[in-house]
Amino acid sequence: MTAVAAEGVWKFYGDYPALRDVILHAEQGACLALIGRNGAGKTTLLRIIGGFSKAARGQVRILGSDPRETETRRRVGWIGHGISVYDELSAFENLSLFGRLYNLPHPRKTAMEWLERTGLERVKDGLVREFSRGMRQRLAVARAFLHQPSVLLLDEPFTALDDRAIAVLQRLLREALAEGRTVVMSTHQLREALELATQVALLNRGKIAFHGERTPEMVADPGWVYAHYGEG
Amino acid sequence: MDFIRQVLVITRKDLRAELRTKEAINASLAFALVILVLFSFAFDPTADQTREMSGGLLWIVFAFAGTLVLNRSFARELPNDCLDALVAAPISGGALFLGKALANFVLVMAVELVSLPVFGIFYNVHWTSRFWSLLLVLALGTWGLTVIGTIFSALTVNIRLRELMAPLLVYPMLIPALMSAMQLTMDLIAGKPLGGDNEIWLRLLVAFDVIFTALSLLLLETVLVG
Repeated sequence: MTAVAAEGVWKFYGDYPALRDVILHAEQGACLALIGRNGAGKTTLLRIIGGFSKAARGQVRILGSDPRETETRRRVGWIGHGISVYDELSAFENLSLFGRLYNLPHPRKTAMEWLERTGLERVKDGLVREFSRGMRQRLAVARAFLHQPSVLLLDEPFTALDDRAIAVLQRLLREALAEGRTVVMSTHQLREALELATQVALLNRGKIAFHGERTPEMVADPGWVYAHYGEG
Repeated sequence: MDFIRQVLVITRKDLRAELRTKEAINASLAFALVILVLFSFAFDPTADQTREMSGGLLWIVFAFAGTLVLNRSFARELPNDCLDALVAAPISGGALFLGKALANFVLVMAVELVSLPVFGIFYNVHWTSRFWSLLLVLALGTWGLTVIGTIFSALTVNIRLRELMAPLLVYPMLIPALMSAMQLTMDLIAGKPLGGDNEIWLRLLVAFDVIFTALSLLLLETVLVG
């Protein structure tokens, strides 16, 4: 079953076409690495897939439904450029809040479990504004995984992460993929992403230049896709 | 039930965050008190003049002070891109709007309830003679102010000059609600009961609240996502 599908998606910023007839599919259980230079349209595409903005033309489906449907949103996890947790709340309050918003049966218990899984249990009552960058990032990861989403949309998830946060995220992504969940991530960190990816899509100025299986050549040489399908 | 639970989760989150920082409420309260005190020194009205201007003075202060709270409503979601997390969460735009509007209502009402005794003391006005009716008018007027302020806070959240733009958009929209609230407040402070001559203003205020609450509940999703 197709978990994420974009069909003929166009997006304009003024007259500039940020996305041009993008067609993209990710099967259930796949890990799709969305790569491309700065300004290629990766974030724009992920935001449309996530339902944060609308395509000018074309359509996006997640698990066969519109991304803005409430039930679809319940099954999607998102990590964007920001950590998306509140500085004025404690780590525990943040995770409990999102547990309640996602209507989890035991939000407080689940929040505690995820604080333990991300190594934040000792600072659970500390305000996020007092956290180090690495701790904030791990909390962001916990927030995205908290509700056990079937589809994870990650925009540059490894950027600016410290070593511990990268290890936590990679472990959780491997577990998610082993459980048959789908991951779509945009990234510049080719090595980390290609280790996990089962599919690769290259965006060039808003157009899909390559979309296919990840091959051993790509893992051996992360620049391989750019060398063969990029603009040089 | 899910809707009400989500509304309360958002309200509690906003109130908790605001009470931790006290950024908006402190600014709003300080502004309201300073304006009331300054006006009392600048003018020396007679008792009759005070009763006539009481509604106008109070609601101008409440509207300006309230904007300081309302401007922050969606702007507080910008640090760390928290707005993305709310938009991604499986809650309706209506629940998000109502949750934020309720939190704003509590904060603006708190500022008003602290300002009223100060107004009474500095202007030597006995404002408690129709206390419950006055409380009703305050609640209705504040809800109108809150609804318009909250939806325009969402509308201007990604605009660079939102602190300027939001009030420019909010005040013209508020004219019917402010006119009603001013008239009713003036009558109540003068000792007139609700009903009779001023019933039309009460009806206008209630209609304003109902219409704009319904519109905002429907429109928030479109305002945030397009």
